Amino acid sequence: MRRTNSRLSAGLGLKPQHFDAAHDCLADGLWFEIHPENYMVEGGPRLAWLEAIRERHPLSLHGVAMSLAADAEPDAAHLQRFKRLVDRFEPALVSEHLAWSTWQGAYHPDLLPFPRTTEALQRVAANIGRVQDGLKRRIAIENPSHYLHLDGHEFEEIEFLRELARRTGCGLLLDVNNVYVSARNLGADAAAYLDAFPAALITEIHLAGHSADPTYGDALLIDSHDAPVAPAVWALYERLVARIGPRATLIERDDKLPEFALLLAERERADRMLGALERRAA
Amino acid sequence: MKSPTASGRLYRFQEQFARVLADVPLPDDGDNGVAPLVTHPGFAVYRNTVRKGCIDALVANYPAVARLVGQEWMRAAAAEFIRIHAPRSPLLLEYGAEFAAFLKTFEPAAELPYLAGVARLDRFWTEAHFARDESPLAAERVAALGQDDLARARLRPHASARWAWFDELPVFSVWSRNRNGTGDAGDIAWHGEGALVVRPRDSVQAIAIACADVAFLEACAAGRTLAEAALAALEADGAADLAQSMARLLAAGAFGHIKIDDSLSEALP
Repeated sequence: MRRTNSRLSAGLGLKPQHFDAAHDCLADGLWFEIHPENYMVEGGPRLAWLEAIRERHPLSLHGVAMSLAADAEPDAAHLQRFKRLVDRFEPALVSEHLAWSTWQGAYHPDLLPFPRTTEALQRVAANIGRVQDGLKRRIAIENPSHYLHLDGHEFEEIEFLRELARRTGCGLLLDVNNVYVSARNLGADAAAYLDAFPAALITEIHLAGHSADPTYGDALLIDSHDAPVAPAVWALYERLVARIGPRATLIERDDKLPEFALLLAERERADRMLGALERRAA
Repeated sequence: MKSPTASGRLYRFQEQFARVLADVPLPDDGDNGVAPLVTHPGFAVYRNTVRKGCIDALVANYPAVARLVGQEWMRAAAAEFIRIHAPRSPLLLEYGAEFAAFLKTFEPAAELPYLAGVARLDRFWTEAHFARDESPLAAERVAALGQDDLARARLRPHASARWAWFDELPVFSVWSRNRNGTGDAGDIAWHGEGALVVRPRDSVQAIAIACADVAFLEACAAGRTLAEAALAALEADGAADLAQSMARLLAAGAFGHIKIDDSLSEALP
Protein backbone atom coordinates (compact mmCIF):
# COMPACT_ATOMS: atom_id res chain seq x y z
CA MET A 1 0.00 0.00 0.00
CA ARG A 2 1.29 3.46 -0.91
CA ARG A 3 1.82 6.36 1.47
CA THR A 4 0.43 4.76 4.61
CA ASN A 5 1.90 7.75 6.36
CA SER A 6 0.98 11.11 4.85
CA ARG A 7 1.12 13.43 7.87
CA LEU A 8 4.30 15.51 7.85
CA SER A 9 5.46 16.00 11.39
CA ALA A 10 9.16 15.61 12.17
CA GLY A 11 11.41 13.99 9.56
CA LEU A 12 14.96 12.72 9.27
CA GLY A 13 17.71 13.04 6.69
CA LEU A 14 17.99 9.62 5.03
CA LYS A 15 21.40 7.98 4.85
CA PRO A 16 22.24 4.71 3.04
CA GLN A 17 23.59 3.25 6.33
CA HIS A 18 20.08 3.58 7.79
CA PHE A 19 17.97 2.34 4.87
CA ASP A 20 16.67 -0.78 6.61
CA ALA A 21 15.89 0.90 9.94
CA ALA A 22 14.29 3.86 8.13
CA HIS A 23 12.15 1.58 6.02
CA ASP A 24 10.95 -0.45 8.99
CA CYS A 25 10.22 2.49 11.29
CA LEU A 26 6.52 3.36 11.23
CA ALA A 27 6.46 6.32 13.64
CA ASP A 28 3.47 8.54 12.93
CA GLY A 29 4.30 11.63 10.92
CA LEU A 30 7.82 10.43 10.06
CA TRP A 31 9.15 11.51 6.69
CA PHE A 32 12.58 11.41 5.05
CA GLU A 33 14.66 13.98 3.24
CA ILE A 34 17.34 13.17 0.67
CA HIS A 35 19.88 15.11 -1.32
CA PRO A 36 18.72 14.31 -4.86
CA GLU A 37 22.32 14.54 -6.15
CA ASN A 38 22.99 11.22 -4.38
CA TYR A 39 20.24 9.51 -6.37
CA MET A 40 20.99 10.89 -9.83
CA VAL A 41 22.14 7.52 -11.14
CA GLU A 42 20.94 5.27 -13.93
CA GLY A 43 20.01 2.29 -11.78
CA GLY A 44 21.05 0.08 -8.92
CA PRO A 45 20.03 -0.69 -5.37
CA ARG A 46 20.02 2.89 -4.12
CA LEU A 47 17.03 3.81 -6.29
CA ALA A 48 15.34 0.54 -5.36
CA TRP A 49 15.77 1.32 -1.65
CA LEU A 50 14.30 4.77 -2.15
CA GLU A 51 11.32 3.21 -3.95
CA ALA A 52 10.73 0.93 -0.99
CA ILE A 53 10.99 3.75 1.52
CA ARG A 54 8.68 6.09 -0.31
CA GLU A 55 6.04 3.35 -0.35
CA ARG A 56 5.79 3.86 3.41
CA HIS A 57 6.95 7.42 4.10
CA PRO A 58 6.59 10.85 2.49
CA LEU A 59 9.81 12.12 0.90
CA SER A 60 11.47 15.49 0.62
CA LEU A 61 14.02 16.32 -2.11
CA HIS A 62 16.48 18.89 -0.79
CA GLY A 63 18.86 19.97 -3.55
CA VAL A 64 22.33 21.28 -2.77
CA ALA A 65 23.67 21.94 -6.26
CA MET A 66 21.22 23.99 -8.34
CA SER A 67 23.41 27.04 -7.69
CA LEU A 68 20.45 29.41 -7.82
CA ALA A 69 22.51 32.44 -6.80
CA ALA A 70 25.14 31.99 -9.51
CA ASP A 71 25.06 34.62 -12.24
CA ALA A 72 24.10 31.93 -14.73
CA GLU A 73 21.04 29.88 -15.59
CA PRO A 74 20.60 26.57 -13.76
CA ASP A 75 22.36 23.74 -15.58
CA ALA A 76 19.81 22.23 -17.96
CA ALA A 77 21.08 18.67 -17.56
CA HIS A 78 21.02 18.97 -13.77
CA LEU A 79 17.48 20.37 -13.82
CA GLN A 80 16.44 17.48 -16.09
CA ARG A 81 17.94 14.93 -13.68
CA PHE A 82 16.15 16.63 -10.79
CA LYS A 83 12.88 16.50 -12.74
CA ARG A 84 13.24 12.77 -13.34
CA LEU A 85 13.52 12.18 -9.58
CA VAL A 86 10.55 14.45 -8.83
CA ASP A 87 8.46 12.61 -11.42
CA ARG A 88 9.46 9.19 -10.17
CA PHE A 89 9.32 9.71 -6.41
CA GLU A 90 6.56 12.36 -6.17
CA PRO A 91 8.05 14.05 -3.09
CA ALA A 92 5.84 15.92 -0.64
CA LEU A 93 8.47 18.67 -0.35
CA VAL A 94 11.13 20.05 -2.71
CA SER A 95 13.69 22.66 -1.72
CA GLU A 96 16.98 24.34 -2.67
CA HIS A 97 19.33 26.94 -1.22
CA LEU A 98 19.88 30.68 -1.41
CA ALA A 99 23.49 30.15 -2.46
CA TRP A 100 25.73 29.23 -5.36
CA SER A 101 28.07 26.27 -5.85
CA THR A 102 28.66 25.92 -9.59
CA TRP A 103 30.64 28.48 -11.53
CA GLN A 104 32.02 28.28 -15.08
CA GLY A 105 31.68 24.50 -15.11
CA ALA A 106 33.45 23.91 -11.78
CA TYR A 107 31.50 22.51 -8.83
CA HIS A 108 32.44 23.78 -5.37
CA PRO A 109 30.73 21.49 -2.85
CA ASP A 110 29.51 24.19 -0.47
CA LEU A 111 26.76 26.82 -0.24
CA LEU A 112 28.59 30.01 -1.16
CA PRO A 113 27.60 33.59 -0.28
CA PHE A 114 26.92 36.63 -2.48
CA PRO A 115 25.97 40.30 -1.96
CA ARG A 116 22.18 40.64 -1.82
CA THR A 117 21.75 43.33 -4.46
CA THR A 118 18.86 44.17 -6.78
CA GLU A 119 20.85 42.57 -9.57
CA ALA A 120 21.21 39.37 -7.53
CA LEU A 121 17.52 39.44 -6.62
CA GLN A 122 16.56 39.53 -10.30
CA ARG A 123 18.95 36.73 -11.14
CA VAL A 124 17.91 34.44 -8.28
CA ALA A 125 14.20 35.08 -8.88
CA ALA A 126 14.64 34.24 -12.56
CA ASN A 127 16.51 31.05 -11.63
CA ILE A 128 13.87 29.97 -9.11
CA GLY A 129 11.27 30.60 -11.79
CA ARG A 130 13.16 28.39 -14.24
CA VAL A 131 13.44 25.60 -11.70
CA GLN A 132 9.76 25.78 -10.72
CA ASP A 133 8.77 25.82 -14.40
CA GLY A 134 11.09 22.89 -15.12
CA LEU A 135 9.90 20.82 -12.18
CA LYS A 136 6.30 21.98 -12.65
CA ARG A 137 5.95 22.60 -8.93
CA ARG A 138 6.62 25.07 -6.17
CA ILE A 139 9.92 24.78 -4.32
CA ALA A 140 11.11 26.24 -1.02
CA ILE A 141 14.33 28.25 -0.61
CA GLU A 142 16.56 27.83 2.45
CA ASN A 143 18.37 30.62 4.33
CA PRO A 144 22.13 29.84 4.33
CA SER A 145 24.70 29.87 7.14
CA HIS A 146 27.00 32.90 7.09
CA TYR A 147 30.65 33.14 8.02
CA LEU A 148 31.64 36.47 6.45
CA HIS A 149 30.53 40.08 6.46
CA LEU A 150 30.20 40.93 2.75
CA ASP A 151 30.19 44.48 1.49
CA GLY A 152 27.46 45.71 -0.77
CA HIS A 153 24.27 44.10 0.57
CA GLU A 154 21.27 46.16 -0.53
CA PHE A 155 18.73 43.92 1.23
CA GLU A 156 18.44 42.30 4.63
CA GLU A 157 18.18 38.55 4.17
CA ILE A 158 14.54 38.27 5.27
CA GLU A 159 13.58 41.14 2.95
CA PHE A 160 15.41 39.39 0.10
CA LEU A 161 13.69 36.04 0.78
CA ARG A 162 10.28 37.69 1.11
CA GLU A 163 10.81 39.45 -2.22
CA LEU A 164 11.86 36.18 -3.90
CA ALA A 165 8.67 34.54 -2.63
CA ARG A 166 6.58 37.46 -3.84
CA ARG A 167 8.11 37.37 -7.32
CA THR A 168 8.20 33.59 -7.83
CA GLY A 169 5.58 32.14 -5.50
CA CYS A 170 8.25 29.96 -3.87
CA GLY A 171 8.02 28.89 -0.24
CA LEU A 172 10.73 29.31 2.38
CA LEU A 173 12.67 26.67 4.26
CA LEU A 174 13.75 28.14 7.57
CA ASP A 175 16.90 26.53 8.98
CA VAL A 176 17.00 27.50 12.65
CA ASN A 177 20.54 26.23 13.12
CA ASN A 178 21.71 28.38 10.19
CA VAL A 179 20.05 31.39 11.82
CA TYR A 180 21.81 30.63 15.11
CA VAL A 181 25.21 30.03 13.50
CA SER A 182 24.95 33.14 11.30
CA ALA A 183 23.80 35.35 14.17
CA ARG A 184 26.72 34.18 16.30
CA ASN A 185 29.24 34.60 13.48
CA LEU A 186 28.01 38.00 12.31
CA GLY A 187 26.96 39.42 15.67
CA ALA A 188 23.20 39.50 15.04
CA ASP A 189 20.15 38.56 17.12
CA ALA A 190 18.84 35.10 16.17
CA ALA A 191 15.57 35.46 18.07
CA ALA A 192 14.82 38.80 16.39
CA TYR A 193 15.52 37.21 12.98
CA LEU A 194 13.13 34.35 13.68
CA ASP A 195 10.46 36.71 15.04
CA ALA A 196 10.61 38.72 11.81
CA PHE A 197 10.52 35.72 9.45
CA PRO A 198 7.27 35.63 7.45
CA ALA A 199 5.31 32.75 9.01
CA ALA A 200 2.92 32.16 6.14
CA LEU A 201 5.77 31.43 3.71
CA ILE A 202 7.46 28.73 5.82
CA THR A 203 6.84 25.29 4.33
CA GLU A 204 9.60 23.46 6.18
CA ILE A 205 11.98 23.91 9.12
CA HIS A 206 15.48 22.47 9.49
CA LEU A 207 17.26 21.67 12.74
CA ALA A 208 20.87 20.50 12.81
CA GLY A 209 23.99 20.42 14.93
CA HIS A 210 26.95 22.76 14.56
CA SER A 211 30.52 22.76 15.82
CA ALA A 212 33.08 25.30 16.97
CA ASP A 213 35.93 26.16 14.59
CA PRO A 214 39.07 24.23 15.62
CA THR A 215 41.11 27.46 15.70
CA TYR A 216 38.67 30.18 16.71
CA GLY A 217 36.38 28.14 18.97
CA ASP A 218 32.94 29.55 19.75
CA ALA A 219 33.78 32.84 18.01
CA LEU A 220 33.32 31.00 14.70
CA LEU A 221 30.59 28.34 14.52
CA ILE A 222 30.41 25.94 11.61
CA ASP A 223 27.18 24.49 10.25
CA SER A 224 28.73 21.03 10.27
CA HIS A 225 25.68 18.74 10.68
CA ASP A 226 27.91 16.41 12.66
CA ALA A 227 26.38 16.70 16.14
CA PRO A 228 23.00 16.64 17.90
CA VAL A 229 20.89 19.81 17.72
CA ALA A 230 22.24 22.26 20.31
CA PRO A 231 20.09 23.30 23.34
CA ALA A 232 20.11 26.95 22.19
CA VAL A 233 18.76 25.89 18.78
CA TRP A 234 16.02 23.79 20.41
CA ALA A 235 15.02 26.84 22.47
CA LEU A 236 14.84 29.01 19.32
CA TYR A 237 12.79 26.31 17.59
CA GLU A 238 10.32 26.14 20.46
CA ARG A 239 9.91 29.92 20.34
CA LEU A 240 9.45 29.81 16.55
CA VAL A 241 6.78 27.11 16.40
CA ALA A 242 4.95 28.67 19.36
CA ARG A 243 4.55 31.73 17.10
CA ILE A 244 3.92 30.14 13.68
CA GLY A 245 2.29 26.83 14.65
CA PRO A 246 3.31 23.30 13.63
CA ARG A 247 5.37 22.96 10.46
CA ALA A 248 7.19 19.98 8.86
CA THR A 249 10.53 19.85 10.69
CA LEU A 250 13.69 17.99 9.71
CA ILE A 251 16.54 16.78 11.88
CA GLU A 252 19.59 16.98 9.59
CA ARG A 253 22.66 14.88 10.21
CA ASP A 254 25.30 14.40 7.51
CA ASP A 255 28.51 13.55 9.35
CA LYS A 256 29.56 11.42 12.35
CA LEU A 257 26.36 9.46 11.90
CA PRO A 258 25.04 7.86 15.09
CA GLU A 259 22.73 4.85 15.34
CA PHE A 260 19.33 5.37 13.76
CA ALA A 261 17.70 5.08 17.21
CA LEU A 262 19.57 8.17 18.44
CA LEU A 263 18.43 10.23 15.46
CA LEU A 264 14.93 8.94 16.02
CA ALA A 265 15.02 10.11 19.64
CA GLU A 266 16.00 13.63 18.48
CA ARG A 267 13.25 13.53 15.93
CA GLU A 268 10.73 12.48 18.59
CA ARG A 269 11.54 15.58 20.59
CA ALA A 270 10.46 17.77 17.65
CA ASP A 271 7.49 15.51 16.99
CA ARG A 272 6.28 15.91 20.59
CA MET A 273 6.45 19.71 20.35
CA LEU A 274 4.57 19.67 17.03
CA GLY A 275 2.00 17.22 18.39
CA ALA A 276 1.29 19.45 21.38
CA LEU A 277 0.75 22.44 19.06
CA GLU A 278 -1.54 20.38 16.81
CA ARG A 279 -3.65 19.32 19.79
CA ARG A 280 -3.86 22.89 21.01
CA ALA A 281 -5.02 24.05 17.57
CA ALA A 282 -7.63 21.25 17.29
CA MET B 1 30.56 31.33 -22.09
CA LYS B 2 28.21 33.69 -20.39
CA SER B 3 28.89 37.42 -20.53
CA PRO B 4 28.44 39.67 -17.49
CA THR B 5 25.01 41.19 -16.96
CA ALA B 6 24.46 44.95 -17.23
CA SER B 7 26.11 45.92 -13.97
CA GLY B 8 27.97 42.62 -13.70
CA ARG B 9 28.66 42.84 -9.97
CA LEU B 10 27.38 39.37 -9.19
CA TYR B 11 29.40 37.95 -12.07
CA ARG B 12 32.60 39.66 -10.90
CA PHE B 13 32.02 38.61 -7.30
CA GLN B 14 31.65 34.96 -8.28
CA GLU B 15 34.54 35.06 -10.71
CA GLN B 16 36.81 36.37 -7.94
CA PHE B 17 35.40 34.19 -5.16
CA ALA B 18 35.84 31.03 -7.25
CA ARG B 19 39.42 32.03 -8.03
CA VAL B 20 40.44 32.61 -4.44
CA LEU B 21 38.72 29.38 -3.37
CA ALA B 22 41.03 27.59 -5.79
CA ASP B 23 44.06 29.61 -4.66
CA VAL B 24 44.33 31.28 -8.07
CA PRO B 25 45.72 34.83 -7.65
CA LEU B 26 43.38 37.67 -8.56
CA PRO B 27 44.39 39.92 -11.46
CA ASP B 28 45.77 43.24 -10.27
CA ASP B 29 43.15 45.41 -12.01
CA GLY B 30 41.99 47.47 -9.06
CA ASP B 31 38.63 45.66 -8.90
CA ASN B 32 39.24 42.98 -6.33
CA GLY B 33 36.35 43.30 -3.89
CA VAL B 34 36.84 39.73 -2.72
CA ALA B 35 40.56 40.08 -1.95
CA PRO B 36 40.13 41.50 1.59
CA LEU B 37 37.88 38.57 2.54
CA VAL B 38 40.61 36.00 1.98
CA THR B 39 42.40 36.69 5.24
CA HIS B 40 39.17 36.54 7.25
CA PRO B 41 38.74 33.33 9.33
CA GLY B 42 35.23 32.96 7.89
CA PHE B 43 36.64 32.64 4.39
CA ALA B 44 38.66 29.64 5.50
CA VAL B 45 35.40 27.91 6.48
CA TYR B 46 34.24 28.03 2.85
CA ARG B 47 37.62 26.96 1.53
CA ASN B 48 37.89 24.10 4.05
CA THR B 49 34.33 22.93 3.42
CA VAL B 50 34.91 22.79 -0.34
CA ARG B 51 38.22 20.98 0.15
CA LYS B 52 36.77 18.53 2.69
CA GLY B 53 33.77 17.84 0.44
CA CYS B 54 36.03 16.90 -2.46
CA ILE B 55 38.44 14.83 -0.38
CA ASP B 56 35.67 12.99 1.49
CA ALA B 57 34.00 12.15 -1.81
CA LEU B 58 37.20 10.77 -3.31
CA VAL B 59 38.03 8.73 -0.20
CA ALA B 60 34.47 7.32 -0.17
CA ASN B 61 34.72 6.37 -3.84
CA TYR B 62 38.07 4.56 -3.41
CA PRO B 63 37.69 2.50 -0.22
CA ALA B 64 40.14 -0.27 -1.16
CA VAL B 65 42.86 2.25 -2.00
CA ALA B 66 42.20 4.09 1.28
CA ARG B 67 42.36 0.88 3.30
CA LEU B 68 45.54 -0.19 1.57
CA VAL B 69 47.48 3.04 2.05
CA GLY B 70 45.82 4.34 5.24
CA GLN B 71 43.72 7.46 5.79
CA GLU B 72 46.62 9.88 6.14
CA TRP B 73 48.33 8.88 2.89
CA MET B 74 44.98 8.72 1.07
CA ARG B 75 43.90 12.19 2.18
CA ALA B 76 47.27 13.65 1.21
CA ALA B 77 47.02 12.03 -2.23
CA ALA B 78 43.41 13.25 -2.53
CA ALA B 79 44.46 16.81 -1.67
CA GLU B 80 46.93 16.68 -4.55
CA PHE B 81 44.38 15.07 -6.88
CA ILE B 82 41.65 17.67 -6.26
CA ARG B 83 44.07 20.46 -7.10
CA ILE B 84 44.47 19.01 -10.60
CA HIS B 85 41.02 17.47 -11.07
CA ALA B 86 38.54 19.69 -9.21
CA PRO B 87 34.94 18.43 -9.60
CA ARG B 88 33.17 19.43 -12.80
CA SER B 89 29.87 17.86 -11.77
CA PRO B 90 27.72 18.08 -8.63
CA LEU B 91 27.36 14.29 -8.71
CA LEU B 92 30.17 13.58 -6.25
CA LEU B 93 29.21 9.91 -6.09
CA GLU B 94 30.87 9.68 -9.49
CA TYR B 95 33.78 11.97 -8.64
CA GLY B 96 37.36 10.93 -9.34
CA ALA B 97 37.22 9.04 -12.65
CA GLU B 98 40.86 10.09 -13.28
CA PHE B 99 42.18 8.82 -9.95
CA ALA B 100 43.69 5.56 -11.27
CA ALA B 101 45.54 7.43 -14.03
CA PHE B 102 46.64 10.04 -11.49
CA LEU B 103 48.12 7.36 -9.20
CA LYS B 104 50.16 5.94 -12.09
CA THR B 105 52.17 9.15 -12.26
CA PHE B 106 51.93 10.13 -8.57
CA GLU B 107 55.51 9.85 -7.40
CA PRO B 108 54.81 8.74 -3.78
CA ALA B 109 52.82 5.79 -5.20
CA ALA B 110 55.79 4.52 -7.23
CA GLU B 111 56.64 1.78 -4.73
CA LEU B 112 53.10 0.39 -4.88
CA PRO B 113 52.88 -0.75 -8.52
CA TYR B 114 49.44 -2.34 -8.02
CA LEU B 115 47.83 0.80 -6.52
CA ALA B 116 46.56 2.26 -9.81
CA GLY B 117 45.00 -1.13 -10.64
CA VAL B 118 43.31 -1.26 -7.24
CA ALA B 119 41.89 2.22 -7.89
CA ARG B 120 40.65 1.04 -11.28
CA LEU B 121 38.73 -1.81 -9.62
CA ASP B 122 37.22 0.58 -7.05
CA ARG B 123 36.07 2.66 -10.01
CA PHE B 124 34.62 -0.44 -11.72
CA TRP B 125 32.66 -1.11 -8.52
CA THR B 126 31.18 2.43 -8.51
CA GLU B 127 30.26 2.23 -12.19
CA ALA B 128 28.67 -1.20 -11.77
CA HIS B 129 26.79 -0.08 -8.67
CA PHE B 130 25.10 2.85 -10.43
CA ALA B 131 24.77 1.34 -13.92
CA ARG B 132 21.45 0.89 -15.71
CA ASP B 133 19.44 -2.07 -14.40
CA GLU B 134 19.39 -5.06 -16.73
CA SER B 135 18.41 -8.70 -16.31
CA PRO B 136 21.43 -10.94 -16.81
CA LEU B 137 21.39 -13.42 -19.67
CA ALA B 138 20.48 -16.86 -18.31
CA ALA B 139 22.91 -19.70 -19.02
CA GLU B 140 19.95 -21.88 -20.15
CA ARG B 141 19.28 -19.45 -23.00
CA VAL B 142 22.74 -20.17 -24.40
CA ALA B 143 22.63 -23.88 -23.54
CA ALA B 144 19.43 -24.23 -25.60
CA LEU B 145 21.15 -23.09 -28.81
CA GLY B 146 22.11 -25.54 -31.56
CA GLN B 147 25.71 -25.72 -32.76
CA ASP B 148 25.17 -23.36 -35.73
CA ASP B 149 23.28 -20.73 -33.78
CA LEU B 150 25.85 -20.90 -31.05
CA ALA B 151 28.73 -20.13 -33.43
CA ARG B 152 27.07 -17.06 -34.93
CA ALA B 153 25.44 -15.72 -31.78
CA ARG B 154 26.69 -12.42 -30.39
CA LEU B 155 26.64 -11.90 -26.64
CA ARG B 156 26.55 -8.33 -25.38
CA PRO B 157 28.19 -7.76 -22.00
CA HIS B 158 25.85 -6.73 -19.18
CA ALA B 159 25.27 -2.96 -18.79
CA SER B 160 27.13 -3.01 -15.47
CA ALA B 161 30.01 -5.34 -16.47
CA ARG B 162 33.57 -3.99 -16.22
CA TRP B 163 36.67 -6.11 -16.66
CA ALA B 164 40.43 -5.82 -17.02
CA TRP B 165 43.59 -7.89 -17.22
CA PHE B 166 46.51 -6.89 -15.00
CA ASP B 167 49.89 -8.08 -16.28
CA GLU B 168 52.23 -9.63 -13.71
CA LEU B 169 50.37 -8.14 -10.74
CA PRO B 170 47.81 -9.83 -8.43
CA VAL B 171 45.66 -6.69 -8.50
CA PHE B 172 42.37 -8.50 -8.04
CA SER B 173 43.59 -10.37 -4.94
CA VAL B 174 44.99 -7.21 -3.38
CA TRP B 175 41.84 -5.26 -4.21
CA SER B 176 39.28 -7.80 -2.99
CA ARG B 177 41.15 -8.30 0.27
CA ASN B 178 41.11 -4.56 0.96
CA ARG B 179 37.67 -3.88 -0.47
CA ASN B 180 36.00 -6.48 1.71
CA GLY B 181 38.25 -5.90 4.69
CA THR B 182 38.34 -9.63 5.29
CA GLY B 183 41.79 -9.39 6.84
CA ASP B 184 42.76 -12.54 4.93
CA ALA B 185 46.43 -12.89 5.79
CA GLY B 186 47.24 -15.71 3.37
CA ASP B 187 50.03 -15.26 0.81
CA ILE B 188 49.14 -13.74 -2.53
CA ALA B 189 50.72 -15.46 -5.52
CA TRP B 190 52.66 -12.84 -7.52
CA HIS B 191 51.30 -13.22 -11.05
CA GLY B 192 48.94 -11.47 -13.45
CA GLU B 193 45.21 -11.58 -12.79
CA GLY B 194 41.99 -10.68 -14.55
CA ALA B 195 38.95 -9.22 -12.83
CA LEU B 196 35.26 -8.98 -13.65
CA VAL B 197 33.06 -6.58 -11.68
CA VAL B 198 29.35 -6.76 -12.45
CA ARG B 199 25.97 -6.10 -10.86
CA PRO B 200 23.62 -8.66 -12.42
CA ARG B 201 20.87 -7.83 -9.90
CA ASP B 202 20.95 -5.93 -6.58
CA SER B 203 24.53 -6.24 -5.49
CA VAL B 204 27.92 -5.81 -7.11
CA GLN B 205 29.87 -9.06 -7.60
CA ALA B 206 33.56 -9.37 -8.39
CA ILE B 207 35.43 -12.48 -9.52
CA ALA B 208 38.92 -13.30 -10.72
CA ILE B 209 38.94 -14.31 -14.36
CA ALA B 210 41.53 -15.79 -16.72
CA CYS B 211 43.21 -13.86 -19.53
CA ALA B 212 41.22 -15.95 -22.03
CA ASP B 213 38.01 -14.74 -20.33
CA VAL B 214 39.15 -11.15 -20.70
CA ALA B 215 39.90 -11.65 -24.40
CA PHE B 216 36.52 -13.34 -24.82
CA LEU B 217 34.67 -10.43 -23.15
CA GLU B 218 36.61 -7.88 -25.22
CA ALA B 219 35.61 -9.66 -28.43
CA CYS B 220 31.96 -9.87 -27.34
CA ALA B 221 31.95 -6.16 -26.43
CA ALA B 222 33.33 -5.41 -29.90
CA GLY B 223 30.31 -7.17 -31.43
CA ARG B 224 32.09 -10.35 -32.56
CA THR B 225 30.29 -13.69 -32.91
CA LEU B 226 30.83 -16.44 -30.36
CA ALA B 227 33.02 -18.31 -32.86
CA GLU B 228 35.22 -15.22 -33.26
CA ALA B 229 35.27 -14.58 -29.52
CA ALA B 230 36.34 -18.18 -28.92
CA LEU B 231 39.24 -17.72 -31.34
CA ALA B 232 40.29 -14.55 -29.53
CA ALA B 233 40.21 -16.42 -26.22
CA LEU B 234 42.38 -19.22 -27.64
CA GLU B 235 44.80 -16.65 -29.04
CA ALA B 236 45.19 -15.22 -25.53
CA ASP B 237 45.69 -18.67 -24.03
CA GLY B 238 46.02 -21.74 -26.25
CA ALA B 239 45.22 -24.03 -23.34
CA ALA B 240 42.03 -22.21 -22.33
CA ASP B 241 38.94 -24.29 -21.58
CA LEU B 242 36.29 -22.34 -23.49
CA ALA B 243 33.31 -24.25 -22.09
CA GLN B 244 34.50 -23.44 -18.61
CA SER B 245 35.08 -19.78 -19.52
CA MET B 246 31.56 -19.45 -20.89
CA ALA B 247 30.05 -21.17 -17.87
CA ARG B 248 32.00 -18.95 -15.48
CA LEU B 249 31.04 -15.73 -17.23
CA LEU B 250 27.38 -16.69 -17.66
CA ALA B 251 27.13 -17.74 -14.01
CA ALA B 252 28.56 -14.35 -13.00
CA GLY B 253 25.88 -12.56 -15.02
CA ALA B 254 28.43 -10.98 -17.33
CA PHE B 255 26.08 -10.81 -20.31
CA GLY B 256 22.87 -8.87 -20.89
CA HIS B 257 21.69 -9.78 -24.39
CA ILE B 258 22.10 -12.43 -27.02
CA LYS B 259 21.65 -11.69 -30.69
CA ILE B 260 21.38 -14.25 -33.49
CA ASP B 261 20.91 -13.43 -37.18
CA ASP B 262 20.62 -9.72 -36.49
CA SER B 263 17.47 -10.28 -34.46
CA LEU B 264 17.86 -8.93 -30.98
CA SER B 265 16.14 -11.17 -28.46
CA GLU B 266 15.57 -10.07 -24.92
CA ALA B 267 17.40 -11.91 -22.20
CA LEU B 268 15.26 -14.48 -20.44
CA PRO B 269 15.22 -14.06 -16.71
